[in-house]
Amino acid sequence: MASMTMIDAIRSAHDAVMERDERVVVFGEDVGFFGGVFRCTAGLQEKYGPTRCFDAPISELGIVGTAIGMAAYGLRPCVEIQFADYVYPAYDQIVSEAARLRHRSAGDFTCPLVIRMPVGGGIFGGQTHSQSPEAIFTHVSGLKTVMPSNPYDAKGLLTAAIEDPDPVIFLEPKRLYNGPFDGHHDAPVVPWRSHESGDVPEDYYSLPLGKAEVRRSGEQVTVLAYGTMVYVAQTAAEESGVDAEIIDLRSLLPLDIDTITESVRKTGRCVIVHEATLTCGFGAELAALVQQECFYHLEVPIQRVTGWDTPYPHAQEWNYFPGPARLGRALQKAMEA
Amino acid sequence: MPKATGLSLHVPAPGVRPGDTPDFSDVDIPKAGETRRPDVDSDPKDIRDLAFTVIRVLSRDGDAVGPWANSLSNEELIVGLRHMMTVRSFDSRMLMAQRQGKTSFFVQSFGEEAVACAFQQALQKGDMNFPTYRQVGLLISQQYPLIKLMNQIYSNEEDPIRGRQLPVMYSAKDYGFFSISGNLTTQFSQAVGWAMASAISNDNKIAVGWVGDGSTSENDFHAAMVFASTYRAPVVLNIVNNQWAISTFQGMAKGGSATFAARGHGFGIPALRVDGNDYLAVHAVAKWATERARLNLGPTLVEYVTYRAGGHSTSDDPAAYRPKQEGDAWPLGDPILRLKSHLIKQGVWSEQKHAQVEAEVEDEVISAQKASEEIGTLISGNAPSARDMFEGVYEQMPPHLVKQRQEAGY
Ligand SMILES: Cc1ncc(C[n+]2csc(CCOP(=O)(O)OP(=O)(O)O)c2C)c(N)n1
Ligand SMILES: [Mg+2]
Repeated sequence: MASMTMIDAIRSAHDAVMERDERVVVFGEDVGFFGGVFRCTAGLQEKYGPTRCFDAPISELGIVGTAIGMAAYGLRPCVEIQFADYVYPAYDQIVSEAARLRHRSAGDFTCPLVIRMPVGGGIFGGQTHSQSPEAIFTHVSGLKTVMPSNPYDAKGLLTAAIEDPDPVIFLEPKRLYNGPFDGHHDAPVVPWRSHESGDVPEDYYSLPLGKAEVRRSGEQVTVLAYGTMVYVAQTAAEESGVDAEIIDLRSLLPLDIDTITESVRKTGRCVIVHEATLTCGFGAELAALVQQECFYHLEVPIQRVTGWDTPYPHAQEWNYFPGPARLGRALQKAMEA
Repeated sequence: MPKATGLSLHVPAPGVRPGDTPDFSDVDIPKAGETRRPDVDSDPKDIRDLAFTVIRVLSRDGDAVGPWANSLSNEELIVGLRHMMTVRSFDSRMLMAQRQGKTSFFVQSFGEEAVACAFQQALQKGDMNFPTYRQVGLLISQQYPLIKLMNQIYSNEEDPIRGRQLPVMYSAKDYGFFSISGNLTTQFSQAVGWAMASAISNDNKIAVGWVGDGSTSENDFHAAMVFASTYRAPVVLNIVNNQWAISTFQGMAKGGSATFAARGHGFGIPALRVDGNDYLAVHAVAKWATERARLNLGPTLVEYVTYRAGGHSTSDDPAAYRPKQEGDAWPLGDPILRLKSHLIKQGVWSEQKHAQVEAEVEDEVISAQKASEEIGTLISGNAPSARDMFEGVYEQMPPHLVKQRQEAGY
């Protein structure tokens, strides 16, 4: 075991998988010599050489397009998009090509590919360094979409993603890179080393995609969360005094519907929280599934607490960010009915 | 015939890294004044050589030489020098303000001030720039109020774009300055479209696209080039080659091509390569290219050879990927010092005058900064209201947003 930040854990996952499997290649903008603007690939070029970890020209389309070609050839590319906000030039390659290659060729060609990218706000990044575009990936058949919330999961899930036979979108909540974030932006940053999920095995391991984790057991309301919102939900539960059961989805697709259903049937109440905008966000899918699976157990309408349907602002970041106060009010409202 | 020995992947890398001695011996720099100046209506295929040279006016001794010289008077050059000095002073104050925690982020133009400042002097009212985050000189050289730039950087109540964008992502339509996008290269094709619109409307305005060396890799670059070529759009397409794209050296974007300018040839677009640290050369080339556009002769691609003397942004420390002294070794020098020496040599400038202007400019910047900070900084408060965040998503706020704003309590 070693104490790792989420950045260390992601780097360690790359390292462990590259060590075991020569087919794994890693590239992206500033990823090679420098090790990425967040340093998630630092040291890999030095250790594995410039043909297994390298810088790419600034073309997200090019990065994903060439990675698809490599994956189809038989390599296992794991590429970085510098910020999720910059993935759009690659969207055609992801949606029309990576996601469908297996199906349209009836398995003649496949696409074992990982596309990593930092997501989410809370760093005063404005509209081009803060977005949470998970729903534009979960909407596409043929893709898997994963979002870890701590170093231990990040390493295990990234390992599984790289070894997965299909394309996986791996979303990294950048506000969690250096420590958990309880939603109180004016409080000092808590480092991962003082958190149990910051203890990460140095050796290879993997965690299955499609398994949620209950972060807090509770009896009164089920909160469905992922990424940064897992910690915001924990704070909201403590501060509102509502005994919430908090589920960290970890993988949005495949989704661990059994864990969700079991919890909502127990509590009879469900609040969904995400940073992404409300309309057609992943919360809409969750709400539909929960009402379908748990309709007769629900005591109150399902609520969604999300980013507002506006571009992510710079100055008003903390008015936008769905923090513990907003979520706490939703928890209390769920209890009023 | 070479024999096949099995394939291997070529991954380009810069010749030097931290700890090494800076080396620009592979940067071919012709003498000032050597490059010819063709007529603006020359056939693109007759001027291909201009993409492989460096058009320069200011000699080592500070003289203005050759066919590209004399596009500006000494009086105009003195004004240009002041613009560049203002940009530099503005940059250093705002960089410090960010370091002091007064805002979240900043990008400076340190070392490349001549490119935007001199280019702007070739434009007319009504023309439109589609800039990147490194061209504040386009605004400062038009006397755009410094306080407005600062209000944007501080995201305060007087920020013209209401705290909605990251610092330096200005928008100033009246100054021919299109709203900056944080997404690289998206605006290169938009510049072409704006120029096409001017042509469709039988207008006389032209557009200018701006992109960095690294950003030429984006698909948008190639889309812009083919549209500009096909429709002979009245646009100048500028590549600012400052050698670096964050930690990535320019060889990664350039690949096997000889120069960035040479990319124009495949599209039949005339291409010029110019010393970006030479105010006179930048202006002369800008004048040539804008004149071509205005005469309905079509697009021009221009590569400015310069050097990013500072970090990429306040989030970056270049000591991790390039030698610390690399900037000092850059063979094209510093644009402010070069213009200053020229003017001194002309007998119209002096160390004393320079020092005086330096002090004046700093006063201007500091008093604008004080006034802006009195309105507010990102940290001190007095930001645009939270209510404002819901405005302007659409012209008319749709019902679902009205409802969300009420729910938010703003
Ligand atoms: C589509 C997109 N991809 C990646 C980024 C992240 N990014 C911001 S600036 C930059 C480097 C740009 O380098 P260059 O084009 O040479 O311009 P310079 O910063 O040197 O002026 C990168 C990769 C971005 N802003 N947009
Ligand atoms: Mg550059």
